[in-house]
Amino acid sequence: MEIHRFEKLWLVASLLLIAGFVATIVYGAVGAGVAMVDNSGGQVAASDPTASSDFRDPGVYQTGDGEYDVYVVARQFSFTPGSGTPIRVPEGSEVTFHIASRDVTHGFNVVGTNLNTMVIPGQVAQLTVEFDDARSYHVACNEYCGAAHHDMTGTIEVVPAEDFDESEVAEA
Amino acid sequence: MTYVDDYPGAAKLVRWHFGVAFIAFALGGVFGLLQGLYRTDYFREALPIDATQYYTVLTGHGVLLALVFTTFFICGMFVWATTRSLDRPLYSDRLAWVGFGSMFVGTALAATAILNGFAPGLPFDSADVLYTFYAPLKAHPAFYFGAALLVVGSWILGAVYFLTYREWRADNPDARIPLQTFMVLTTFIMWYVSSVGVAVEVVVFLIPWSLGWIGQVDPLLTRSLFWYFGHPVVYFWLLPGYLAWYTLLPKFAGGRLFSDPLARVVFVLFVLLSTPVGFHHQYIDPGIADGFKFIAMTNTMMLLLPSLLTAFTVVASVEHGARQRGGDGYLGWLRALPWDEPAFAGTALAGLMFAAGGFSGMINAGMNINYLIHNTIWVPGHFHLTVGTAFALTAMAVSYWLVPQLTGKPLRHRRLASIQPYVWFVGMTLMSNAMHRGGLAGLPRRTAEPVGDAGASAFDTVFSTIAEIRLQIALGATLLVVALLMFLVVMLGTWLSRPGVSALSVNGHIPEPLSGASNGPRVLDNLKLWTGIAVVLVLLAYGVPLGSMVADGILNPGASPFPV
Ligand code: HEM
Ligand SMILES: [Cu+2]
Ligand SMILES: [Cu+2]
Repeated sequence: MEIHRFEKLWLVASLLLIAGFVATIVYGAVGAGVAMVDNSGGQVAASDPTASSDFRDPGVYQTGDGEYDVYVVARQFSFTPGSGTPIRVPEGSEVTFHIASRDVTHGFNVVGTNLNTMVIPGQVAQLTVEFDDARSYHVACNEYCGAAHHDMTGTIEVVPAEDFDESEVAEA
Repeated sequence: MTYVDDYPGAAKLVRWHFGVAFIAFALGGVFGLLQGLYRTDYFREALPIDATQYYTVLTGHGVLLALVFTTFFICGMFVWATTRSLDRPLYSDRLAWVGFGSMFVGTALAATAILNGFAPGLPFDSADVLYTFYAPLKAHPAFYFGAALLVVGSWILGAVYFLTYREWRADNPDARIPLQTFMVLTTFIMWYVSSVGVAVEVVVFLIPWSLGWIGQVDPLLTRSLFWYFGHPVVYFWLLPGYLAWYTLLPKFAGGRLFSDPLARVVFVLFVLLSTPVGFHHQYIDPGIADGFKFIAMTNTMMLLLPSLLTAFTVVASVEHGARQRGGDGYLGWLRALPWDEPAFAGTALAGLMFAAGGFSGMINAGMNINYLIHNTIWVPGHFHLTVGTAFALTAMAVSYWLVPQLTGKPLRHRRLASIQPYVWFVGMTLMSNAMHRGGLAGLPRRTAEPVGDAGASAFDTVFSTIAEIRLQIALGATLLVVALLMFLVVMLGTWLSRPGVSALSVNGHIPEPLSGASNGPRVLDNLKLWTGIAVVLVLLAYGVPLGSMVADGILNPGASPFPV
């Protein structure tokens, strides 16, 4: 098969581009430490996540120095905590979210950041992020989940360490 | 002789397919405008829908455009491509009509169920589940039956293409498969391999569940089956566009295709790689090990190759055409192209927009940057460039050239037709770029009131403001619907005009490629081989993950309700 010289060059350039893309992603995972949401969150009962031993009552838990676990239950059309009461964590903390749904599939997107996951009944979405600055974040459910999906929002408040009240943390 | 005189039976089939496609396009387009205005809060109070009905509209838009318009247009276009390139009538017109009938009844059922969402209480209840119908959101069984009939109908048409090819093969034992037929058959191999996923999802799980025969289904498993089909379906939309870009665009430009063998290589790569990539739609799904996501990611990146090769060959062929027409210079040849011919302008602009869509697709495919844009309005920004333009605008452009040959009537309203592609292009440029930027600011997709109580200040735009993004989306949506109306006026005008008033100005002849099929190895035509490899790749990518989802209880979402 005869391939034009320019076409060969183009082919090589394309393959290099592809290899480059894969390399940046490998670097993102290995170098920059961007972990994918995966199956490490475990599974829960679809209708009642908190009944499972893998999932705690919704709330914020301290797990170490500057480290917190946040358990969130999503349901039509709110996040607990998040929608009624904001999720509050101190500035500079490392927070692991565990999010489960008790009805249909939802999304949990901290707007404008890469904290973004699907929340699928039966599965726990688990992801760890660092909050460097004190500010508040808007949370949107970004998967259609029913008639009032657009009302399913929440707030995360990252507060200065000195304003963070340890008593807000649930008993471990 | 025009096509309709040579193959009156096939021409009638194509006309009916196109007719249904255009009606779906019209209705879906109106829904699109409603969305574009409602979401952005332009005339929200004056629109005939409320926030809940927004999702009925959105379901209608997705189903009518992404599933109905595309499938009917493609199946019709492939009837034309098969008969034209094999130079013989279909194996059986009657069987093809059975396929059409199945698709038609399926569409009617699904559309009725969806439209019932505007008037709950009617027998079909409602189907506000969007075109992805993720369980446990549940629609009326009519919706799922409709979807199944639509797919089955397309399978029947696929069988007709293959049977026609088999007859041709018996008469031509040593000939190479004509290029257009090769493209039709490879596209359908991919379609058969991939639509099995959605067929299992619908027939084994969703229909019995919606009828109340089984109590629950596993949301992760059904969702994964959907995406097993959901990525290849985008190539099912795209490959007919490629067929037009490879075999028609060079002719429209006044030249010939650069290389036939390379076109075959590209289609073979799509057969092999289109399916084992579906997990790239589930990068941020819990419950799926990241290794499987990584495999899907590398396959996805490899899929860039056939599209990059296409860009080269198509641009080279168009340049060749321009030089035949007297164009010269490094870029000066661009001026020699027939930009006032609607068929050329539409296909060329569609190709250009596809390149832009390809770039945002590379971002989507980047496993870890996907976090930033997943399920934001960026994603509709991306696929309105691909299916919404690369496919839709190509379909319109091809219609300007093909419908006269299908009806024996010259194109009417030529003026309108020749500016129509530009109106679509400008409208899409506005809507799509604003959607991309809105997505970067975190505006969610599939949301009636995305800004809501939080207010625009909750969304940080990279530059400019949320208000400006909204204005562009609303304006773009309006222009798009104007362009759609222009297209419909041209089609209706042509279709309803009296035949034989003036001679057709198009001819259906397609010139031979510069480098013909015989320059490529024969193995390219070995369809059984490619099918076999495709199936093996699918088993490698999907065997283990689907196996583990089934292993924890085929109907069971997650863990059992009681700790054991
Ligand atoms: C006629 C001009 C069109 C306009 C004004 C338009 C407008 C829109 C808008 C604003 C959305 C986003 C809604 C949301 O996420 O809340 C949307 C979604 C969508 N559009 Fe279009 N669109 C048009 C044409 C098309 C075409 C031609 C296709 C495909 C052939 C298409 C396929 C889709 C799909 C699949 C969705 C996603 C539906 C979902 O998220 O469930 N659109 N459209
Ligand atoms: Cu939601
Ligand atoms: Cu995809």
